[in-house]
Amino acid sequence: MTIPVTPQLAGRRRARANGMAMNVLRFIVVVVTTYLGLLAVTFFIGRVIPIDPVLAVLGDRAPASVVERVREEMGLNKPLYVQFYVYVKAALSGDFGTSVLTTNPVLQDIKRAFPATLELATFGTLLGTFIGVPLGVLAAVKRNSFVDQVVRVIGLVGYSVPIFWLGLLALVVFYAKLRWVAFPGRLDVTFEYSFEPMTGLFLFDAIWQRQWDVLWDAFRHIVLPGSLLGYFSLAYISRMTRSFMLNELQQEYIVAARAKGLSETKIIWFHALRNAAVPLVTVIALSYAGLLEGSVLTETIFSWPGIGLYITNSLQNADMNAVLGGTIVIGSVFIGINLFSDLLYRTLDPRTRAR
Amino acid sequence: MSDIVNSPDFSRRAWLLSDRPATRMQARLGRAYTIWSRFAENRLALIGLGIILLLIFLAIFANVLAPYSPVQGDLRNARLMPPNAAHWFGTDDQGRDILSRLVFGSRLTLFVIFLVAIIAAPVGLIIGTVSGYAGGWVDAVLMRITDIFLAFPKLVLALALVAALGPGIENAVLAIAVTSWPPYARIARAETMTFRNSDFISAVKLMGASPFRIVLRHVMPLCLSSLIVRVTLDMAGIILTAAGLGFLGLGAQPPLPEWGAMIASGRRFILDQWWVATVPGIAILIVSLGFNLLGDGLRDALDPKEAGQ
Amino acid sequence: MKPLLTVEDLRVSFPTRTGVVEAVRGVSFTLGRERLGIVGESGSGKSQTGRAIMGLTPGHAKITAQKLAFGETDLLKASPKVRRDMRGRQIAMILQDPKYSLNPVMTIGKQIMETLRTHEKISSGAARDRAIAMLEAVQIRDAERVFNLYPHEVSGGMGQRAMIAMMLVCGPELLIADEPTSALDVTVQLEVLSILDKLVADRGMGLILVSHDLRLVSSFCDRVIVMYAGKIVEELPSADLANAKHPYTQGLLNCLPTLGTDRHPLPVLERKKEWAA
Repeated sequence: MTIPVTPQLAGRRRARANGMAMNVLRFIVVVVTTYLGLLAVTFFIGRVIPIDPVLAVLGDRAPASVVERVREEMGLNKPLYVQFYVYVKAALSGDFGTSVLTTNPVLQDIKRAFPATLELATFGTLLGTFIGVPLGVLAAVKRNSFVDQVVRVIGLVGYSVPIFWLGLLALVVFYAKLRWVAFPGRLDVTFEYSFEPMTGLFLFDAIWQRQWDVLWDAFRHIVLPGSLLGYFSLAYISRMTRSFMLNELQQEYIVAARAKGLSETKIIWFHALRNAAVPLVTVIALSYAGLLEGSVLTETIFSWPGIGLYITNSLQNADMNAVLGGTIVIGSVFIGINLFSDLLYRTLDPRTRAR
Repeated sequence: MSDIVNSPDFSRRAWLLSDRPATRMQARLGRAYTIWSRFAENRLALIGLGIILLLIFLAIFANVLAPYSPVQGDLRNARLMPPNAAHWFGTDDQGRDILSRLVFGSRLTLFVIFLVAIIAAPVGLIIGTVSGYAGGWVDAVLMRITDIFLAFPKLVLALALVAALGPGIENAVLAIAVTSWPPYARIARAETMTFRNSDFISAVKLMGASPFRIVLRHVMPLCLSSLIVRVTLDMAGIILTAAGLGFLGLGAQPPLPEWGAMIASGRRFILDQWWVATVPGIAILIVSLGFNLLGDGLRDALDPKEAGQ
Repeated sequence: MKPLLTVEDLRVSFPTRTGVVEAVRGVSFTLGRERLGIVGESGSGKSQTGRAIMGLTPGHAKITAQKLAFGETDLLKASPKVRRDMRGRQIAMILQDPKYSLNPVMTIGKQIMETLRTHEKISSGAARDRAIAMLEAVQIRDAERVFNLYPHEVSGGMGQRAMIAMMLVCGPELLIADEPTSALDVTVQLEVLSILDKLVADRGMGLILVSHDLRLVSSFCDRVIVMYAGKIVEELPSADLANAKHPYTQGLLNCLPTLGTDRHPLPVLERKKEWAA
């Protein structure tokens, strides 16, 4: 049955469309200013802070002619705002300069390293979600029980322990003493020529190409760093799940659901969790972003060839272009995930969708 | 029965908890007492407080407590010794007593925490209260800047900043502080906006107070309690970030006994001389835990509504 | 005639940080296929009585009674599964504010269908038809459209009617209405009450109406129970309310505003300690 379009209805629909347009506009402003802000900060770090930005980029062993040429190229003679404009244009087209260490364009190095970090962060987040959410639900349902205490302890330790130290210890126990896992890197050197990665996500590629021995080896390499990151993800996610579930279980609609005669299981998992899922998805997205950051130290310990290791190596070698390029990439993904999670929240909550 | 009622403890407590305080000092003391008794009910919070007090104690009396020098080691005789009676936590590869290094390292830890708090919290407080009180485009601009900084990855940005500034503990502090202030601005702004339009602010305005004075003397004190809780909880994260920077060689430079750097230098010997890298990590863990417990306890004591969860 | 509900010496207590709180202290009444109103102020225990009958008191509450029976079933001895089975199918409860008591992330139609499919083996197509029929029975025009709406997209009155539909769709024999109109505007209150009136009459249901509104209860129900501090202080047919004997009931009646009379000073409700004894 269709609804007749009265003038009031048309007016309301127009207002809603305008509201949506305003929201889209606001979102675009947020995205643009945030990215510009990131570029401004890295510009500041790279150009304004160092006494001689050219030396910062080239290192102090470059011959004078190269230094002069690069100084011209970087346009350091021009006023700051012009430099910034050039910088932003270059960054947007992916030109982050050249790495002193590898003499490759920074973007190329990053493209090679990025899938490794992606795979690690994804592994950790999946672990954290699939173990963390049920744990959090159980802790909320059985308040002050053993499960609840365990979740609290896991959370406390997760917020207090230095990740690189825990990684080091884990390496000693599980690799050096027990030989259960493989180290370093992502894959044993024997597979270097027989395995052609497609996406760069080794687990996925190995399954896709049905190379089961590669899959097993890749798994043995990723399981320890991935579990380490997974633990931190788990600590955060289980704590937030518990908090959201406790909030939902106090609501009136839960009483109403019981009055309807629904089983407790159904109420917990299909009513309370379904409502808690709305902020929970945001939390999971934020945890993912956090793992991207946490990977910096983890990759250093496990010699995992991702962006984190790339940045720290470049740091040790004073390769500013590489460091800043890596910072921009991780920063962009981090910002992107944050904004995406905000969008996700609004789509999932029917109350905000209607606006 | 009358002895209990008339004893000095009972009457002091009644005085503190009285509904009708006669002086402002009495009201303040009474409120402090209520908060303290709520706090003290929580055993874990007391443990946290104890840890922090121990840290401060070690830092102040490091000279007296540490048995050996933290920077001078006996290279000839005492390299990489396991924990024993003379060296409770063993020695590192330069023959330095690890316990002494830990004790002196507490000073560096406190230094970092203190400076970051002193820099980041007031900056966040000022930005947040001004933004919340002024409203309008001032609010919009300041919040946009805050949100931009909030959206940045903290460790990575601190890394880049230290890379540009050069390694050193002061630069590490600056880098961490620059990335830490946004949450405080958000909290201060949220608190400010809850009572921006309330009657007591209007009353002070009617008395002719300038916005500057209103913000400084009336709005800011009210934001303090949530800010203190948040700062305490953040301390754990700041210690971990500082240790991470130290681990990468970007914090305090050798031979300073910074705990993160100690882990890095002990990494080479982790297999056989595990104590060199393990013990500093335990210290970091305990101190972070202390701040987390303390912060949780403060939050529950200052806002009992949250305590139920 | 066998009573629908028998309550004898019902007691509900909660352990709290400051001691044990006795919310309901020895309430007894029987109910046939008639309408009973339970009136009282906040904290009188009227809501907890209704929830105890449903089995919806918070987990840590202690419930005792000499007898608590629905028809032939002893509610105290019944297993949790049996009690759960009865909820929605034989005994139903409607709550106060549809803004909070409807699941915000499920459509209204799905929530009604859920009650059906919990208690009956029925295909989703048939369930949908019955849900829409139920929505029409609570006088929601455009039942198909409302079926697909979310709770926040409908007004308070419509939400409460949706809640009634959701709880009555399986045809229970007893309905406990816990302040069903307190969250609604006055004009909407009358509409919802008339719908409730028709449904209860048509289906021959027993009704317990819990409210703080004495006038509402007296006009809607056959019998009235007045509760104070967890006890029943008076029980009488609503037609006889003007002749109430207990001073608390008289106080409540005095507090009702009337047109055309000048009452100075305004009467104040007295609360004597001995009524709580």
